[in-house]
Amino acid sequence: MLYREVGEFRTSYAEDSQTFPVAFDRYRYYAIIAFAFGVVPFLINDYWTNAVLLPFLVWSMAAIGLNILTGYCGQVSLGTGGFMAVGAYSCYKLMTAFPHLNIVFCIILAGLITAMVGLVFGIPSLRIKGFYLAVATLSAQFFLVWLFNKVPWFYNYSATGQITAPERGLFGIAVTGAYASSWMRYLVCLCFVVAGAWIARNLTRGSVGRGWMAIRDMDIAAEIIGVNPLRAKLSAFAVSSFYIGIAGALFFSIYLGAAEVTEAFGINQSFLVLFMVIIGGLGSIFGSFAGAAFLVLLPVLMKNILVDWLGWQAAVATHFEFMVVGGLIILFLVVEPHGLAQLTRVAKEKLRLWPFPHSQ
Amino acid sequence: MLQQLYFAIEVSLNGLMTGVLYSLVALGFVLIFKASGVFNYAQGVMALFAALTLVGLQTGQVPFAHLINSVLGTNIHHFGWHLPAVLAIVLTVAVMIVLAVIVEKLVLKHLINQEPIILFMATIGLAYFLEGFGDLMWGSEIKRLEIGLPVGLSETIEGFTYDQLGYGLFIDRLDIVAACIAAILVIALTVFSQYSRIGRALRAVADDHQAALSVGISLRFIWVVVWSIAGMVALVAGIMWGAKSGIQFSLSLIALKALPVLILGGFTSIPGAIVGGLIIGVGEKLFDFLVGPVIGGATENWFAYALALVFLVFRPQGLFGEKIIERV
Repeated sequence: MLYREVGEFRTSYAEDSQTFPVAFDRYRYYAIIAFAFGVVPFLINDYWTNAVLLPFLVWSMAAIGLNILTGYCGQVSLGTGGFMAVGAYSCYKLMTAFPHLNIVFCIILAGLITAMVGLVFGIPSLRIKGFYLAVATLSAQFFLVWLFNKVPWFYNYSATGQITAPERGLFGIAVTGAYASSWMRYLVCLCFVVAGAWIARNLTRGSVGRGWMAIRDMDIAAEIIGVNPLRAKLSAFAVSSFYIGIAGALFFSIYLGAAEVTEAFGINQSFLVLFMVIIGGLGSIFGSFAGAAFLVLLPVLMKNILVDWLGWQAAVATHFEFMVVGGLIILFLVVEPHGLAQLTRVAKEKLRLWPFPHSQ
Repeated sequence: MLQQLYFAIEVSLNGLMTGVLYSLVALGFVLIFKASGVFNYAQGVMALFAALTLVGLQTGQVPFAHLINSVLGTNIHHFGWHLPAVLAIVLTVAVMIVLAVIVEKLVLKHLINQEPIILFMATIGLAYFLEGFGDLMWGSEIKRLEIGLPVGLSETIEGFTYDQLGYGLFIDRLDIVAACIAAILVIALTVFSQYSRIGRALRAVADDHQAALSVGISLRFIWVVVWSIAGMVALVAGIMWGAKSGIQFSLSLIALKALPVLILGGFTSIPGAIVGGLIIGVGEKLFDFLVGPVIGGATENWFAYALALVFLVFRPQGLFGEKIIERV
C-alpha cells in the first residue's frame, strides 16, 4: 500500500531509466527537498544548525566523495582528512587573495584544486591495490597535514597557525564570518549538497560509473572488456577529491569559521568518513546520507542521554561513545555488510508485497 | 666533520632501536595476517590495552572506576594492593587470551569468507571499541609503567666509545633491553612454529586453509591461538613503548607506523617485519637529521609512508613477500 509500482506504466526508455522509476519514491524525494528548502530555514535556530544540520550536510558531502572512490571504484582511501584540508586551505587562500571573488566560486575552485591533488595521489593506485593503496593514501593524509602545518604561506603567516574565514556574503547576506545567520549558512550548504548528490547519482548511473564499478568488481576482467583502468581510477580519484575538497571548504568556511589543521583534518576524520560510508552502505548515494546522519546524530544523542540526563562525566561518556561506535561498526559488518542502504532496500521489497507476501 | 659523522651514527643507532619497537608491533600484524588473512588494524590498540591492563592490575586499580563513580555516585579508585610485576604480567597474558577467544567468537567467526577489506574494516571497529573499552576500564590519564626495566643513559657504552673514539655515544639502556627482548621473541616464535605441534598446525593454516581443514586442523582453534600470541606480542610492545614514553593514547598510533613497515617487509614474512622496522626506524631518524632542518622538521610524521609509497611503486609485494599472481 505504501510503496507500490502497480498501475505505473512506463511507455518510453527515458521514463524507464529515470533515477527513481517508482512514483512514490520520486514524490517522496521531491517532498524532502521541498521541506529542506522551504520549511527548515524558517524553523532552525543556532543550536540545530551547528550541532546537527551543518555537520550532517558537510559530512554527507565528504561521504559521497569517499563513497565514489571506495564504494563505487573499490579503492580504499584513508586520506579523506588530508584532502578536506586541501579544500579548506585552498578556499582560505582564494578568499583572502581575491576578496571580491564570490564565495560560491571560491568553494568550487577549492574543489577543483583538491581534485588536482587527488589526481596526483591517485597515480600509485594504478600499480598498487587493497591495503597497500590504503597505506599509500595514508601518506597523503600525513604529508598534507604536515605541509599545512609547516609552510606559513598556507595560513598567511598568522601567529597561531590557524586559518580564519573572512566575512563574505551572497546577495548581500553574510554567509561566512561572525555575523552569518544560521539559515543562510544552512541554505548555502544545502544547495551544494543537493547539487552534488544529484550529479553524483547521475555520474554513477552513467558509463563513467559503470566503468568504476567494473574496476571495483574485478579490475583485470574490466580491462579485458574494454574499461580503461587508467581513466577509470584517476577519474574516480579526481571526482571523489572534488567532493571531499568542497566538503572541506564548507567545513572550514561555513561550519567552523576557523580551523587548525591537525585538529580539524586529522586521521580521525578520515576514519569517521570511512565509517559513515560503511554504516551507510558502500556504493550508494543514499547510504552516504544515512551514514552521515547516523554518525552525526549518535554523538549528539549519546551526549544528551548520558551527560545531560544520566549525569555521567563527559570523559566517561566519550569513551563509552567510542565503544558504541566500534561495536556498531562490527555489528553492521557482521549483520548487514551493505549497510543502512541495504536495509532500506530490503524494507522496500517487503513493503511492495505487504500485506500479502506470496512466500513463507 | 668527524663530530658530525659520529652524531649521524648515534642518530642511526637510536633509529635502529626505534625500529626494533616498530618491528615488535609489525610482528603481531604478520602473525595474524599469515594465519587468518586478516589485516589486524587493532594491533596497536591491543598494545595500548595490554599495557593499560598491566598497569591497572599492578597498581590495583578498580576496573570501570570512573563509570561506577559516575553512575552510583561513589568514589572508588584503588583496591589498595600492589601486585608484583611478574604476577601482573601473567594475569595480563590471561586477559589477552580471553580477549582472543571473545574476538574469535563474536567477530571472526561471523566474517568467514568475507572480502579482506571487510575484515580490515571490522578490525578498525575493534580498534575503536578496544580504545573506548580500555579507557573506560582503566581511565585515560597518562600512566607510568614501572616493572623494573633499566632506563637512562648507558654509561658503559658511552665510556667505551669515548675512550676509543673520543665521542661518547648516547644510547638508552631501555633500547638495548628492547632489542634483546625482540631478538628473544623472534627466536622463540621461530622455534615454536618450527618444532611444536601447534606451531606446525599454524604453518599449515598459513599455507592453505582448506588443506589444513581437511587434515583435521581446527581453524577456529588456530585463530584463537594466533590472536593470543599476537596479544602477547602486543603486550611486549606495549611494555617497551610504555616504559619509554608512558602509557597514553599515542601508543595506539604506532599501529599506523607499522603499516609502512609491513609494506617494506611484505605482509607474510617475519624476517621482513624485522628488517622493515629497522629500515623505517633508521630511515626516518636519518632523514629528519639530514633533510629535516632544511624543510622545517617533524618529517617523522610522514617519511615512513612516503618511503613505503615510493617502494611500493617498484616492488608491490614488499622485500620478502610472496609474488602476487593475478588471474581473472
